[in-house]
Amino acid sequence: MSSIVARHRHDGTRLVQILRDVVAAEGYVAPRVITALAEALALPRAHVEGVAGFYSFFATEPRGRFRVLFSGNVTDEMAGSRELCRRLLDSFHLELGEVSRDGLVSVGTTSCTGLCDQGPALLVNGRAIARLTPQRIGAISSLIRGGSPVDEWPKNLLRIHSHVEKRGILLSDQLAPGEALSAAVRRGREATLAELVRSNLRGRGGAGFSTGAKWSACAAAPGEERYVVCNADEGEPGTFKDRELLGGHANLVVDGLCVAAYAVGAQKGFVYLRGEYEFLVAPLEEQLAARRESGLLGRNVLGVDGFDFDIELHVGAGAYVCGEESALIESLEGKRGIPRNRPPYPVTHGYLGKPTVVNNVETLAAAAWIVVHGADAFRAVGTAKSAGTKLLSVSGDVDRPGTYEYPFGVSVERVLADAGARNTQAVQVGGPSGTLLAPHEFQRRIALEDVPSAGAFMVFDRSRDMLAVADNFARFFAHESCGFCTPCRVGTTLNAQLMARILAGKGSRGDFEDLARISKLMKAASHCGLGATAGNPVLDALAKYRPAFDRRLKSLDVLPPFDLDEALAPAREATARDDAGAHFDEEDERVIPGGGYE
Amino acid sequence: MSDDARKTFALDGQEVPFEPGQTILQAALAAGHYVPHLCFHPEFRPHGSCRVCTVKVNGRTTASCTTPARDDDVVESHTEELAELRRSLIQFLFTEGNHFCPSCEQSGNCTLQAVGYELGVTTGHYNPLFPNRPLDASHPDVLLDFNRCILCELCVHASAEVDKKHVFALSGRGITKHLVVNAESGRLCDTPLAVYDKAMSVCPVGVIQRKGRGFAVPIGTRTYDRAPISGIAVARREEV
Repeated sequence: MSSIVARHRHDGTRLVQILRDVVAAEGYVAPRVITALAEALALPRAHVEGVAGFYSFFATEPRGRFRVLFSGNVTDEMAGSRELCRRLLDSFHLELGEVSRDGLVSVGTTSCTGLCDQGPALLVNGRAIARLTPQRIGAISSLIRGGSPVDEWPKNLLRIHSHVEKRGILLSDQLAPGEALSAAVRRGREATLAELVRSNLRGRGGAGFSTGAKWSACAAAPGEERYVVCNADEGEPGTFKDRELLGGHANLVVDGLCVAAYAVGAQKGFVYLRGEYEFLVAPLEEQLAARRESGLLGRNVLGVDGFDFDIELHVGAGAYVCGEESALIESLEGKRGIPRNRPPYPVTHGYLGKPTVVNNVETLAAAAWIVVHGADAFRAVGTAKSAGTKLLSVSGDVDRPGTYEYPFGVSVERVLADAGARNTQAVQVGGPSGTLLAPHEFQRRIALEDVPSAGAFMVFDRSRDMLAVADNFARFFAHESCGFCTPCRVGTTLNAQLMARILAGKGSRGDFEDLARISKLMKAASHCGLGATAGNPVLDALAKYRPAFDRRLKSLDVLPPFDLDEALAPAREATARDDAGAHFDEEDERVIPGGGYE
Repeated sequence: MSDDARKTFALDGQEVPFEPGQTILQAALAAGHYVPHLCFHPEFRPHGSCRVCTVKVNGRTTASCTTPARDDDVVESHTEELAELRRSLIQFLFTEGNHFCPSCEQSGNCTLQAVGYELGVTTGHYNPLFPNRPLDASHPDVLLDFNRCILCELCVHASAEVDKKHVFALSGRGITKHLVVNAESGRLCDTPLAVYDKAMSVCPVGVIQRKGRGFAVPIGTRTYDRAPISGIAVARREEV
């Protein structure tokens, strides 16, 4: 424990990294460890407990020496993850969430692991394993019994494939390390900022804010200390294009971050990598080390006097909300990932209260491209309002899942045709927080002015139950709500409960009204974008796939929220009766039309 | 800013003056206009978690406690649409915790109950979640009844910023978010909380209770039994 804290220089802002190391060493964060960390870091104990309790990869109860988490995205479930999970559980005679009696293994589920192009997937002690089959589950079960560390497992099992199916200007570019940064230095700070503004580059994380405007505001903010952050917390279910960029085109991304630092005058940068992508840590660290060797990071970068800049890798711990830039900054500071109140915005008051630029991975790659090739070349691609290209993560019912780079303005039907989709019933564009499109909308275009997308493109054919899809997304938001504000904290859970009821055939029309009311309330009253979009999948599914809901409906306006017969069970037990008279007969059920329950 | 004219915004058609740095809710209360709220406390920096003070500013919904007042903004608060939104939020809070007003020591002094009456909330509407939240009766002078907690964070801020003790914090996430105390045992008796602490007096509901004193004021004659919260909250601001 003390060696972990020493390795992190007794720095409380590194608490999330410290807790990651504790979990890697001990499997969970024990109460005595929380006390010791608080003392070593001079933080209130309750603060450390609150941070440990926030991130889903930090268990505060004992877990197995091997901790298996199945990816719970809808595409994983469509590819059979539930059956495979059952198979692994059975091989250890376990139930979900339990720890085996010998302390060897525990199995749970987690949100989308970003491997939808090669699902089903799971994480074991943080390492991703994709392309699961019954054979692979058998192999994993044997390896766990063998007890050797995951790092020593067969390379073939741990290999993550690259599936780039269509290359545009970014994915076909072969810039050398530092090429974009050199181009920026040749242009100079002001001209680099001006070129970015002129390029009309907009943030690829979903909000579409002008990158040039963001950089300019940060550069103009008062203060000496500045920070730039690469947001690689790619948590939107169905999105994996940043995994592809960081895996195969990290040069472009890191150069983009260096260009940002040069343009705004930052001394330090962070890459906030989602914990699910731990397999990218070693290659990224190698890349950063090589850049330090060649003078692309460190003091007087590229020989520019006073341009001191280095990059630190920060790894997340299972919290979708940290993709929101101010929650990400809180997490970087070693806190619970709660989105901040704005104003002030990060460009003036970001990391440690200093001016900070936070950009998506793809945005930084595009920025690097722009300083080399120029704003005009960039604007020549895409549409009038959406310049450049968009990387799409295509998954679900298609022949060729993978990453596709298109100029903005590409139609949904074109993407479906390219990916080999047939009998398509629906496409979830931009993930659960995005838009669900029905076939009559497939001529619509991916662009800020039509259907914006952060990248996810999940395809559902006519064999899929759209109610089950909406149920999966409702569970996702309930799991990922940070809990700060009332509407999202309670609304996401109520939505998930109502969806489960309807899916179980116990729903009533009143439940539809409640789903709509809750979803609209979350949209209107939530603190951040997570809550504001959390009702989207339910509202979209209700509006466009109503028959899937109606099929499950009992023909009553209002049903009691509990099972009347089940409620009689304790009375039956107490009286030792089990005859017909001790059971509730559905035929006798008398419900007041229009609702008598409340 | 050479403009001598006082800066104002329009709240439901009425001009409300404000000082630089004030939020909409702060300015409204100071001017004698009640906007329903729960987690806001005049002595602490607003953080906007309960969302009950949601208003529309130039047509967009936002929490009035954290939104800076701006000259000439058009703010709507007293509308049926917003009343419905606030009623739903109060229902969410009743659904989330275990609130049994008739037997609660805090009944009549409880902000959640009073705002509920103010808005005309008559039922919880949604299926109660009935969370399992054991009491903490370990402290000799103080009882913690987590069943009533609405996660407003006021005790967290009071203990950290005024008492400098950090007795309370929040842990968990989403619907599992909960109040914790600063002790490895998880028990209040192992924290330095004292009855004269600021944290003892800020809870808007009935989580933090003095022991050895019960129903000192009979139900029916308590603060919000005598007058609705809309009048009291505004009168309190005028005293300050």
